[in-house]
Amino acid sequence: MKRLIVLGEGTAGTMAVNKLHRKLGSRWQITILDQNDRHLYQPGLLFIPFGIYQPSDVTKPRQRFIPDGVEFVLGEIEQVDADASEVRLADGRRLGYDYLVIATGTAPRPDQTPGMLGQQWRRSIFDFYSLDGATALARTLASFEAGRVVVHVTDMPIKCPVAPLEFTFLAEAYTRRRGMRDRVELTYATPLPGAFTKPIASAHLGSMLDDRKIHVESDFMVERIDDEAKTLISYDEREIPFDLLVTVPLNMGAEFIARSGLGDELNYVPVDKHTLLSKAHDNIFAIGDASNIPTSKAGSVAHFSVDVFTGNFCQHVGGQPMTGRFDGHANCFVESGDGKGLLIDFNYDREPLTGSYPVPIVGPFGLLRETAANHWGKLAFRWLYWHVLLPGRPIPLPARMSMAGKHGPDRSKERS
Amino acid sequence: MTVTTIGSSRVHVDAEGFLTDYDEWTEDLARLLAAQIGIELTSAHLRVLRFLRADYAEQGETATLRRVSTQAGIPVKELFTLFPGKPAKKMAYIAGLPKPVGCV
Repeated sequence: MKRLIVLGEGTAGTMAVNKLHRKLGSRWQITILDQNDRHLYQPGLLFIPFGIYQPSDVTKPRQRFIPDGVEFVLGEIEQVDADASEVRLADGRRLGYDYLVIATGTAPRPDQTPGMLGQQWRRSIFDFYSLDGATALARTLASFEAGRVVVHVTDMPIKCPVAPLEFTFLAEAYTRRRGMRDRVELTYATPLPGAFTKPIASAHLGSMLDDRKIHVESDFMVERIDDEAKTLISYDEREIPFDLLVTVPLNMGAEFIARSGLGDELNYVPVDKHTLLSKAHDNIFAIGDASNIPTSKAGSVAHFSVDVFTGNFCQHVGGQPMTGRFDGHANCFVESGDGKGLLIDFNYDREPLTGSYPVPIVGPFGLLRETAANHWGKLAFRWLYWHVLLPGRPIPLPARMSMAGKHGPDRSKERS
Repeated sequence: MTVTTIGSSRVHVDAEGFLTDYDEWTEDLARLLAAQIGIELTSAHLRVLRFLRADYAEQGETATLRRVSTQAGIPVKELFTLFPGKPAKKMAYIAGLPKPVGCV
């Protein structure tokens, strides 16, 4: 019997074990490992600071999503010895494998920016990519009355790259609803040259920031935070003072990846971007946010890529060439406040375009256009996530991006 | 893609003027590219450029500022001093490499 170990019971790891267990059956012993038993619905974190969701809305026990016949191990990973095909845990346990799937994601690292974890951390400096951070921010926002609010991205890539923009739109709507918009100055500080990474979406989202009188500080690479002066300072010595800073800290893959010599400078595992097989080891794959593939770190990417990965895995372990080619497909609902949202859909070669996104029965959804349907789509997604996506049940959305409904211009050729 | 003349060399460039053929780059050409964006190359600049070229040959993509700082030990602050304004873009331009994708 062959042994597969999946590291990380997040979105990608959970989907993968459910699908692989079904395909491989009892011929394989499958183990999934995580360091705690709390699965977090990460897209829901955005709504917690505004009191729309409560912490209980976004967490469930991990074991609920592990199928019978798959072993769940709680433990902290010390190191992967890829030459010995063995995972070593902090408590001394050693787990041997024939194949390993790394799905340990990416995490905010406030410790990587000097001054971020100083005396203002969780007083006037918050992140919202952790349950603790989002919950602490909700308490602060509830009593916030006036001042300079800065939403800030430390460096790319980050998990869910639209989330800081969504947070900004929701914060603007929140201050208007509470009658304090004229007493709040909003700034969006980003290391990118504009609002988003791709030109057409950046122009659309940028003009939405302008319309809402949100100042954009672009090409802003933070060097440090002066927590006494409550000021962000960039490498080129620009300063942004704040009363409330909502930051997205540097994102990095898990530390055991660095300790095991399996990662790049941000602890992401280098893989072939079409097959997700490690470039260094023929029996290791990396899926979800843990790999270095050049597309968004997002649940939708995890979903579409796991669809391709499971087929590839079965071929690869059977000694056949892998025929699945992941195209970098991502799509994301973007909350824009006031009960509306946008949808973007893109891949390695095609940037997000305008038009519509066809979905049987409930669709189509408007692309790069604010509609109420997109907002309701985003809220309805939570149910789909728990009940359809994680258990690895089929969703009628093709893994490969389609051009159906999209409007040009097609700029993919000039960018490649 | 178009062909242009820089100094005495005929080189292939993209719409933004970035070299598209890795092998057409020389350090002499780098001096001319740097001069076009107002930078006079010193040994400190060349150390960065040589790292970028070697790293690209190995990795197949242009290193980010963070990668230059962790792998070559050149602090990000220094990169901002050497290539003011938009260092990642300027470094790639002078090194004859594609603009870093980095950001998705």
